[in-house]
Amino acid sequence: MYGALYLEDGTVYEGKGFGYEGVSSGELVFNTSMTGYQEILTDPSYAGQVITMTYPLIGNYGVNETFNEADKSYAKGMVVKAVSENPSNFMSEGDFDKFLKKMKIVGVYGVDTRAVTKKIRDNGAMKCVISSRKLTQAEIDKHMGTIKAEDDWMRVVGTQEVYEVPGEGFRVALIDFGVKENIIRNLQKRGCHVTVYPFNVTSEEVMAGNPDGVLLSNGPGDPKFAVEGIEAAKNFIGKIPMFGICLGHQVISLAIGGDTYKTKFGHRGGNHGVLDIDMNKSFISSQNHGYATEEKSLAGTGARVNFINLNDNTVEGIEMEKYPVFSVQFHPEGAPGPEDTTYLFDKFIKFMKESKNEA
Amino acid sequence: MKHNIEKVMIIGSGPIIIGQAAEFDYSGTQACKAIKEEGIEIVLLNSNPATIMTDNNIADKVYIEPLTVEVAEEIIKKERPQGILAGFGGQTALNLAMELEGQGILDKYNVKLFGINSEAIRRAEDREEFKELLEKLGEPVAISGIASSMDECVKFAETNGFPIIVRPAYTMGGTGGGIADNMEDFKDICSKGLIMSPIKQLLLEQSVAGWKEIEYEVMRDSKGNCITVCNMENFDPVGIHTGDSIVIAPSQTLTNYEYQMLRQSSLKIIDELKIEGGCNVQFALDPHSHNYIVIEVNPRVSRSSALASKATGYPIAKIAAKIALGYNLDELKNYVTGYSSAFFEPALDYVVMKIPKWPFDKFRSASKKLGTQMKATGEVMAIDRTFEASLLKAITCLEGGLSGLNLPAFKNLTKEELVGKIKECDDERIFAIAQAMRIGVGIEEIHEVSKVDRWFLNGIKNIIDLEKELSENDLSHKILEKAETMGFTDDEILRLSNWDKSEVDKMRQEKGMYPVYKMVDTCSGEFEAVTPYYYSCYEKEDENILSEDKKIVVIGSGPIRIGQGVEFDYCSVHGVWAIKEAGYQSIIINNNPETVSTDFDTSDKLYFESLYIDDVLNVIREENPYGVIVQFGGQTSINLAKRLEESGVNILGTKYESIDLAEDRDKFRNFLEGLGIGSPEGYAAKNLEESYAAAEKIGYPVVVRPSYVIGGRAMRVVHNKESLTEYMTHAIDMSKETTILIDKYVYGTEIEVDAICDGEDILIPGIMEHIEKTGVHSGDSITSYPTISLSDEVIAELVESTRKIAVNIKTLGIINIQYVFDGKKLYIIEVNPRASRTVPILSKVTGVPMVKVAVETMLGKKLKDLEYGTGLRQNKNFYAVKLPVFSTEKLSDVDTFLSPEMKSTGEVLGVDQNFDIAVYKGFSAVGMKIPVDGKLYVSLNDVSKDMGLDTIKDYKELGFSVCASEGTAEYLNKNGIEAEYIQGEKLKELISDGVINLIINTPTIGDDRSRYGFGIRRKASEYRIPAFTSIDTASLFMKAIKVKKSNEPVTYNHMRYYLGL
Repeated sequence: MYGALYLEDGTVYEGKGFGYEGVSSGELVFNTSMTGYQEILTDPSYAGQVITMTYPLIGNYGVNETFNEADKSYAKGMVVKAVSENPSNFMSEGDFDKFLKKMKIVGVYGVDTRAVTKKIRDNGAMKCVISSRKLTQAEIDKHMGTIKAEDDWMRVVGTQEVYEVPGEGFRVALIDFGVKENIIRNLQKRGCHVTVYPFNVTSEEVMAGNPDGVLLSNGPGDPKFAVEGIEAAKNFIGKIPMFGICLGHQVISLAIGGDTYKTKFGHRGGNHGVLDIDMNKSFISSQNHGYATEEKSLAGTGARVNFINLNDNTVEGIEMEKYPVFSVQFHPEGAPGPEDTTYLFDKFIKFMKESKNEA
Repeated sequence: MKHNIEKVMIIGSGPIIIGQAAEFDYSGTQACKAIKEEGIEIVLLNSNPATIMTDNNIADKVYIEPLTVEVAEEIIKKERPQGILAGFGGQTALNLAMELEGQGILDKYNVKLFGINSEAIRRAEDREEFKELLEKLGEPVAISGIASSMDECVKFAETNGFPIIVRPAYTMGGTGGGIADNMEDFKDICSKGLIMSPIKQLLLEQSVAGWKEIEYEVMRDSKGNCITVCNMENFDPVGIHTGDSIVIAPSQTLTNYEYQMLRQSSLKIIDELKIEGGCNVQFALDPHSHNYIVIEVNPRVSRSSALASKATGYPIAKIAAKIALGYNLDELKNYVTGYSSAFFEPALDYVVMKIPKWPFDKFRSASKKLGTQMKATGEVMAIDRTFEASLLKAITCLEGGLSGLNLPAFKNLTKEELVGKIKECDDERIFAIAQAMRIGVGIEEIHEVSKVDRWFLNGIKNIIDLEKELSENDLSHKILEKAETMGFTDDEILRLSNWDKSEVDKMRQEKGMYPVYKMVDTCSGEFEAVTPYYYSCYEKEDENILSEDKKIVVIGSGPIRIGQGVEFDYCSVHGVWAIKEAGYQSIIINNNPETVSTDFDTSDKLYFESLYIDDVLNVIREENPYGVIVQFGGQTSINLAKRLEESGVNILGTKYESIDLAEDRDKFRNFLEGLGIGSPEGYAAKNLEESYAAAEKIGYPVVVRPSYVIGGRAMRVVHNKESLTEYMTHAIDMSKETTILIDKYVYGTEIEVDAICDGEDILIPGIMEHIEKTGVHSGDSITSYPTISLSDEVIAELVESTRKIAVNIKTLGIINIQYVFDGKKLYIIEVNPRASRTVPILSKVTGVPMVKVAVETMLGKKLKDLEYGTGLRQNKNFYAVKLPVFSTEKLSDVDTFLSPEMKSTGEVLGVDQNFDIAVYKGFSAVGMKIPVDGKLYVSLNDVSKDMGLDTIKDYKELGFSVCASEGTAEYLNKNGIEAEYIQGEKLKELISDGVINLIINTPTIGDDRSRYGFGIRRKASEYRIPAFTSIDTASLFMKAIKVKKSNEPVTYNHMRYYLGL
């Protein structure tokens, strides 16, 4: 099957097609993780994006349903160097090609993915069209035109209905902007009873459930679209412990009066070093974000930066001075990637415990 | 500044032995560089003179002295370093540091251990403590137990199930043990094992043979910041030593869950051990579940960390050295990007393949079966974008005439034979797998017998399928491109397809089908990097940054093997440095991951490539250099001269024509005759008849060898027709060798001359004399600088004849000539138109930077205008004695008697103003026990009986009692030396009990395992008793004994002191 990737600057990468047969378009990004292609593809934060895997051999160990981070993929395409036809692992239930077909994701392989990556690095994330047939310029333009860089994907990818994940411990209200399963699993592991709310839930509705804490999840797109989430977050401060992850972190930043901006090409991979300033210790983190919190904008918000990125010194986490509210830009739940910072979930539990004791 | 350290001591790893090779020259050199950057004075102790780290420009004070507690204490006393870095010299340095600590020497002189702590070492290396450590962490370890009776054995098996590894306690090399899959076999092995074990004890352990073997390279700093630099998956499942396994980085068949599970475990372990620096953790992972066990932890940088550094670009040793000084990972920068943090985990966007290089071509009698004891002397590494391409590239890196995954010898094997081969697990298993696939054996069947993961087997299958496609199709752009992308060499493509070479070349040119070069940047392109570290692949984008400067390419020496060791890396690295100094851009091509030459900051640009001619020419086409140097990379690079010259490449230094003249025997003989210089009479023979005729004409004894070999492979002294027949029919494979050279054996003193020639004049920094008479390979003989027995006239003749040869052969750069002096006349044995094994030693002991001077002559400078002048340099007023080191403990079935065929893997140097003391230091550095009295056992062959008489008399006078074999005892008694006749079990007992503490045994045949002498030599090596197979060595050893007996204080000094600098 033919396959091609068309970039908005006119560059064309021809290769072969795999996965779903069709045409799709979105924002082109890259991920440097060497394992975890299935987790990445099903991470709702990739909604609207065409993912280039920098590691050249994808699909080696097949796929397994338990590796899914959501029931479906919201990504717009997958670009790889080579895709394994004969996966090998005792967990494997099928190959990646069939998985993409099932998820209706257009894939292209046989592409010089390092060239694509360098292109994104130098020019920033850009629009692209991915196709399993040769397109005319008119067709490319048409598909390119359907991409809205600022799509508020979080309205689509998260749950539309409130649902419960039962547990005996603390009651956590999770606002779902596109939550990864492993975040919920981490709460479950710590005994929490999780109530998952849609992106546009009000603070009143959440508080009515009498939670011990609120978790603002990860999710795709520009945090400024999370108008309802920002509003709700404002109301939680001072009332209840709050923990934000990735988009949830940006939402908290905005809620306390800070600002966010779109980065050139984001951080996507499982190898970024972040410094926990309070512990004076560094950790390897899993990352997937295109927006970030503006450090200067935090002045006077009552929050301080307590995590920074060791490569570019960008904000990786904040904590409010007076309230049990904290958030991180990276993914303590890994999936894929290291789980060196899962102690942050314990911190959230600790906050809920303290807050409950005080009450 | 993080520290207030002014002076540290670094301990090196000593001579190259199997399991401890050039990787520690690399890590030690990196550590030195990292420490030097901090303005700290470095005192270095290492007995290995062939290394780069023992150069005066790497450390401030270089002690080329024995790695013993006494020596280290003397140096500590004198130098008073604040701390010792012992984490960069392998197990040798670690053990020495532990002894220094254990004996209270560190406390006595208030010296700290930097980067390692003895607690961590104990917990990682002591079996019981290691088990406790893992149990404490909740990390799984293999279930094990000790049994002293059959009942206990059975109980263990019933509780823990099969398979079980049985190891009898206190038997050397695990003899008598085995793996049992069922009760019947188990009982059988146990009953034998209980008899074999002198203390009737068995160690029983749950076997995980067949599980995936995975390694993680981990780093930690004093703050507890931890990262994993790299993980690696072995092609060969658990059961084969990782040093003998084909290794792939990163892991290929692990899910994210498995990857993180093992990563987490390694971080937990390094954190619990509180290691400050690097560490390696090995796992066995069940391919059918998430069960795993921790096999081993190496609490220091290792061979694997060198590999991981080259595979990722992350300089583990350098960072470990910084950590040892007190830096934290999160305050250091990534050396590769120059700006991002060192606290990150490299992301690879390519596949790395390591394949070991084994010495079985030299040790034909050795068992090639691979197991838990490492046998490889070196390794190659290849980088490409896919498994297949990376594998095929690595295969060509192995040299040995391989152009693809194909051994012609397997061509006619049946399915059963091939499957048997695969089961056997020897060095050729991957070729057997490929051949089995060619004849239709399925992946499942191969997986069943080999347990190699199906994913890897599928990769090999892809290669085999394409082979078929090539043989069945006409030349087309599509298929040619497919083959190139998959890593097929041109030779292989043409061989398989029978396409016309000129048409393939034409298509390649028309379509521009050349490899592109990608950067190894630690981050998969996420950040802009500045590393000049490249690999080739067939992809779309070439990201090579080509400089406009004038460039010179140095061709490296490939994997370490017997006969071509770290000394050629020394020459390559110095070549690169000299090129830089001369104002050119330096480029190196090499594929050995263990070495300094493949460190990305050694040259201006590094191509990590196979040294296959096509790959070399591709780099040259891309770079268009001013010239290429082939004389520093040993036989590997010199062998490329012909095809480079044919391709119009400017070879700097001695041209191909001259190289050919030196290497072509007939041309060379004529050349020498023309100069009026003698060489032993000799002829070439193509078959048995010709060999008889030649030997008859010359008269026995004769020296026989195949032409074009390194390290004297298959070289012998033959004393009669019977042995010649044996040699021609059994010792060599005439189907592989085209010509056998037969020369007169001239008995005398061998002399080694290394000279630099500018075309008109020569410079000889020093001359070295062999202690053993002719018949011992120069790599295996003890050698002295300066000469000790030659008259001024002979020296003058050596200089003159070297000048004549060098100038007339049109040498430009280095030339090595080996002479023999029979007491009357000088003969030429061999001329090597390239840098030799002795270059690093001579450079160090004479103070003449030979490689640098050689490069200057290649670039047109004249010796008379340079600092070191012409002619023979005046001798320094000290002696340097080089001794060979053999890896006998690792290759338990190899006979290391001295012969014309080289067997040693490394060397040490003893340096002193007094010759006897230099000899003493040399033997100490080898690790030999030097007895001052005791019992000497002698068994001599007929040839050496007369020669040995005086030596044995001298030993007797020194206070040794003498016992001997039947014939020798008779002979000695007849000649007035009282000798007791001892044989058989009694003899072995006396050796084991330490009563016999010295052996002189000149072999009649050697290398024959059924022979009695071989058994004695093995026994001696097991108990580390000096056993000499040459009278000359035994005689020299007396000097060491006398020094030890005299109790005179021995002083230890650094090289600058000896050189009077």
